Amino acid sequence: MKKLRYAGVLTAVALALAGCGGQKVGEDKPAAAGKDCGTFDLTVSPWVGYEANAAVVSYVATKDLGCKVVKKDLKEEIAWQGFSTGEVDVNLENWGHEDLKKKYITDDKVAVEAGSTGVKGIIGWYVPPWMAAKYPDITDWKNLNKYAALFKTSESGGKGQLLDGDPSYVTNDEALVKNLSLNYKVVQSGSETALIQAFRDAEKNKKPLLAYFYEPQWFFNEVKLVKINLPAYKAGCDADPAKVACDYPPYDLDKIVSKKFADSGSPAYDLVKNFKWTNEDQNAVARMIAVDKLTPDQAAQKWVDQNQSKVNGWLGK
Amino acid sequence: MASITGSVEIEVRRPRRSVVVGVLLVVWVALYFVLRGIDTLVLGGQETTALHRWLTEHRDDVGQGNVFFDAIRIAVDHFVVLLQNLISQPSFDRPVPVVGWLGVIAISAYCAWAFGNWKVAVLTAAGLGFVGLQGLWQESMDTLSLTIAAVLLSLLVAIPLGIWAGLSDRAFKVATLVLDLMQTLPTFVYLAPLTLFFAIGPAAATIATLIYAAPPAVRLTAHAIRSVPPESVEAARSLGSTRGQTLTKVLLPMSRSTVVVGINQTIMAALSMVTVAALIDAPGLGQTVLKALQTLDVGVAFNAGLAIVVIAIVLDRVTTAAGDRPWRTANRRRRLLLAAGAVGVLVAVWFSRTYVWAAEFPSQVDLGSRIAIIASDVTDWVQNVFGGFTYGVRDAVTNGLLNPLEGLLTGSPWWLVAVVVVALAFVLGGWRGAVPAAVCLGLLVATGVWHDSMVTLASTLLATVVVVAAGLALGVWAGRNRRVDTWIRPVLDAGQTMPPFVYLVPFLALFGTSRFTAIAAAVVFAVPVTTKIVADGIKAVPVATVEAANSVGSSSWQVISKVQLPVARRAITLAVNQGLIYVLSMVVVGGLVGAGALGYDVAAGFAQSELYGKGLAAGLAIVLLGVMLDRITQAAARRTENFTTRGDKR
Repeated sequence: MKKLRYAGVLTAVALALAGCGGQKVGEDKPAAAGKDCGTFDLTVSPWVGYEANAAVVSYVATKDLGCKVVKKDLKEEIAWQGFSTGEVDVNLENWGHEDLKKKYITDDKVAVEAGSTGVKGIIGWYVPPWMAAKYPDITDWKNLNKYAALFKTSESGGKGQLLDGDPSYVTNDEALVKNLSLNYKVVQSGSETALIQAFRDAEKNKKPLLAYFYEPQWFFNEVKLVKINLPAYKAGCDADPAKVACDYPPYDLDKIVSKKFADSGSPAYDLVKNFKWTNEDQNAVARMIAVDKLTPDQAAQKWVDQNQSKVNGWLGK
Repeated sequence: MASITGSVEIEVRRPRRSVVVGVLLVVWVALYFVLRGIDTLVLGGQETTALHRWLTEHRDDVGQGNVFFDAIRIAVDHFVVLLQNLISQPSFDRPVPVVGWLGVIAISAYCAWAFGNWKVAVLTAAGLGFVGLQGLWQESMDTLSLTIAAVLLSLLVAIPLGIWAGLSDRAFKVATLVLDLMQTLPTFVYLAPLTLFFAIGPAAATIATLIYAAPPAVRLTAHAIRSVPPESVEAARSLGSTRGQTLTKVLLPMSRSTVVVGINQTIMAALSMVTVAALIDAPGLGQTVLKALQTLDVGVAFNAGLAIVVIAIVLDRVTTAAGDRPWRTANRRRRLLLAAGAVGVLVAVWFSRTYVWAAEFPSQVDLGSRIAIIASDVTDWVQNVFGGFTYGVRDAVTNGLLNPLEGLLTGSPWWLVAVVVVALAFVLGGWRGAVPAAVCLGLLVATGVWHDSMVTLASTLLATVVVVAAGLALGVWAGRNRRVDTWIRPVLDAGQTMPPFVYLVPFLALFGTSRFTAIAAAVVFAVPVTTKIVADGIKAVPVATVEAANSVGSSSWQVISKVQLPVARRAITLAVNQGLIYVLSMVVVGGLVGAGALGYDVAAGFAQSELYGKGLAAGLAIVLLGVMLDRITQAAARRTENFTTRGDKR
């Protein structure tokens, strides 16, 4: 009986629904696809700063050039592979990766460089702001040993803990600790998530923390971390990874595109090539995505409306 | 055979076994203090061995462009894209999928009703409706398409293999080894190479999911067929059944409920891969989780995780109901109702193709953002209230148990560890334990990541002990009490399918970045499967046996320890094995929250091309640890079994 009743209710509901109308599918046609721009595949690396790049470029490409942009969420290494399998056309923010450049650009000739993103990357060791305020001399690496006991944790085996992050980034930290004779142990947190959570906790509960971090990063909008001054970087001082005893080099983040895309003559290629902005620009958009919870498209629209002249420059207007 | 002479020896050796183990451990500790720090085979984070470099250089050898891989890729891609076009993505020049949300819910509920019963039909409709209200309809449908594709393909391969392994002892042995490999080899190890074979896209994601999800179905099918009482098979044979008839009329029907457990496990495993597969651009809810994690947005991650759990529960209940439904033809009234329902479904599908409101899930009711806010608030509250206490627990466990164990394993010379482990394996499991242990240890040394393996082994042992203890307690409880079972099951499903990435952030907040955090995450992930299998085993103990024990006045504890646990031993061995494997499959996730060691090596190999070889070697080391621990426990279980049977005869 129950089944019968259930079926009865279903039919009744269906009949009731039949009465109501509503807008029909396909009545509002979406804008027609681009004329000569076509489609390009854009990799989106897993950090918010990159997403800010991707949001703005794809917004401009879609709106002003009528291109179709296919965003693919990929780890950096896989995105490089994508150049050779033909499934990635554009990488908007590449951090160094000389080995991959050699493989895919010089040897395999499937990718080409498309100039600087304009964003400067900084890598180094950071402490939460409360520590820099309480121990002003901590920012000099020479004083790190003095404070090593503060940084002891259950993981660091009696030494101070230096927390490292996402394995995607090459670090010289183990060599640095050894070559600068620091009484520290490098502990792998394993992910950016773990690093940010650790800093958040450290600042909130006034816990000591020394960790590997980098700029630009949306988290600086929330907590202004303070960088430790390691022995200054000089060209070539990091030539031998085992003997490094100096700070990380400043990175000029750049764009990589597939050879196929570069030769296609698409106006989108010119846009990607001309695209260039600053750390502040990127942070502004990243902040809208990460903190204000806008969708990438909304964030891009907001930024573009305020910075039309820059965008016009990229479009050659 | 050796077992006959063995059983005579055992008579003498039995009381001394624990003593021998104790002596071995004391000798080990004593030697550790003398030999500490010699031959520990430490390898730094960025350092590699010749083997690692060789593996890195030969990564691309199998490569793409292979006709065979291309054929698979095209077929799988088309299959997934077809499903996506049907239910999730705008397709065929329309701004919406072929079937809109109303149609999908109608079809799903109808199928649930036709194959299961009306209760699961209501559950299906409610579950899918809830996911839609969460504001995740399209993502959920993408996930569902990928899961359906992966599960169907898995079953296509797994059920025949399971039957084969159930019938043939040799196939069973080979299969066990290969399945251990498939389940313990971290997904990260083959994720990047898979994109080389199958390109970036649905095919690679589906196949990665398949590799991880197929083993439970094979294993449980084989287990089911092997558990059919030999008497039934003999009876069928003596009545003149052919092999084929015995299989289809006796073995398969009798093992159906366990096979369904296997299918459930496959579905759960496939859904637990959703987030990992998102790393190679698998569409769906996994993307939402990963995106939310970049900004540590626990609320949004939880909302998406919850959708995965809801989908998992719906699929689980429907398959279970379908498994319980007796195979007979429907009566006249039911057939009429089915026909009427089919018409209703067609009407719903037509609506969902015609009207926008039935095609695109209405977004007015924004349940998702409310769930997200509540989840964030709850996590904040938990962090604020328990924060200090949890750090205390972590430090106590780490300093009291983990550090000494790890110190012993990593500080001893590798040959000392190897000798002790092989000796322990021999004492516990005889040659069956010792030989695989020796082989695995030798290969572990060869991988070049011995030191990291020992760090991981210490955490794994601790996590597995906790998992087995918790799983046994919960499983016995649920197996003996049907109400507990229905109440606990959604929680278990949630623990198993809620992507670990979702609870990483709260766990990080509670325990900081540490090995303990990784152990806690592994326990949450592995307890459900252990509990489920134990409960299943306890339930399968014949009622008559339990009642006989009750009637002679045994206490509950006696019934559990003397009757239910021994009778369900096979299931318990399987539960321990699965618990161990699930713990090991979390090693890489553990590497993301501070466990370091093998998990970190694997993740680094995935991220940095020059460390690929080391990552692969570390992945293999995880497999070797799994195989070694599994073989030792299996051999030990077999020995204990021999004792009991002898005891019974006396």
